[in-house]
Amino acid sequence: MTLWTTVLLASGLAFALKFLGYVVPHQVLDGVIVSRVTAMLPVALLSALVVVQTFTVPGGALTLDARAAGLAVAVTALLLRAPFLVVVILAAATAATLRALGWG
Amino acid sequence: MTTNAVHGPRLADQRRREVIRQCLSVGIATGAYGISFGALSVAAGLSLWQTIALSALLFSGASQFAVVGIIAGGGAGAAAAAVATSSLLGLRNGLYGLQMSRLLGVRGLRRVPAAQLTIDESTAVAIAQPEPAAQRLGFWGTGLAVYVLWNLTTILGAIVGNALGDPKRFGLDAAAPAAFCALLWPRLKTGDARAVAAVAAVIALVVAPHAPAGVPVLVAALAAVVAGLLPSRGPQGPSWRNDVGNPTTPPDEAAA
Repeated sequence: MTLWTTVLLASGLAFALKFLGYVVPHQVLDGVIVSRVTAMLPVALLSALVVVQTFTVPGGALTLDARAAGLAVAVTALLLRAPFLVVVILAAATAATLRALGWG
Repeated sequence: MTTNAVHGPRLADQRRREVIRQCLSVGIATGAYGISFGALSVAAGLSLWQTIALSALLFSGASQFAVVGIIAGGGAGAAAAAVATSSLLGLRNGLYGLQMSRLLGVRGLRRVPAAQLTIDESTAVAIAQPEPAAQRLGFWGTGLAVYVLWNLTTILGAIVGNALGDPKRFGLDAAAPAAFCALLWPRLKTGDARAVAAVAAVIALVVAPHAPAGVPVLVAALAAVVAGLLPSRGPQGPSWRNDVGNPTTPPDEAAA
């Protein structure tokens, strides 16, 4: 398989999977159990995304660096009902500051 | 517009600005990673145009990183594994599509751009909104913001590579999880939701060192499947369906 074939095949399949969600009949989502799963899915995915993007390095090894401090500040800001943008900026500023000081 | 009759009331200006601000925040935080993708892709041996094609056509971060990561490790001989891993990761976009098709109400050819923009970020912002008009604005706004910025930063990353400097210096890698956390926050009002979030986080961290990028998140989704199969601890029952993207649904505090 050439690199171009790889790129185009992976892209084609990726689109097909996305598109599939739009052409499967909505009845697939009917029913209490499927509704409950669908409601909980974003909670599980968002939570997993938070920890993976905070506590792992490329390759998957666990780590504790400036991003963890950023997340702690974000959680504190959320507890204090800070708006979305403030939460994000505070987290980035925390990580950047710690790195400028030579940690993480 | 007649679509307002179909799609519910218009958003107040202030809510509209709020949602657009969220879209841009997530777009900028995510776009920053495009720089590292572009640089990694070229380093893996893909050409500038192949790198651009991945961001424009595949457009799903974890799958893209998987493709270039596996090519970097195994060259063209690992192409089949690269395609398989990328597609396994892309399965979750199909799940998002199922959910989004219901929220967006798109038909015909509009399903093509909607499908292409169906990724973690656009879905996450959409379902975090309580009202239907904001859900649609959140999806399209975030999808377009991420698409434009991701493709621009991919080109930037591919051309100048690491010479540009480390986006870590500006803490942008901490901005993305903070954004996801802010999106998760309003959905943690029930005891069931908090349990699912905790279990998913543990699963993801346990799986992460042993699985390719993106897979830990996919495996963690099992927490939602198990939670859906178990009887609810609260009195909500079938009304759970209304909780899709609706953090204002009366919380199940009694069960917490």
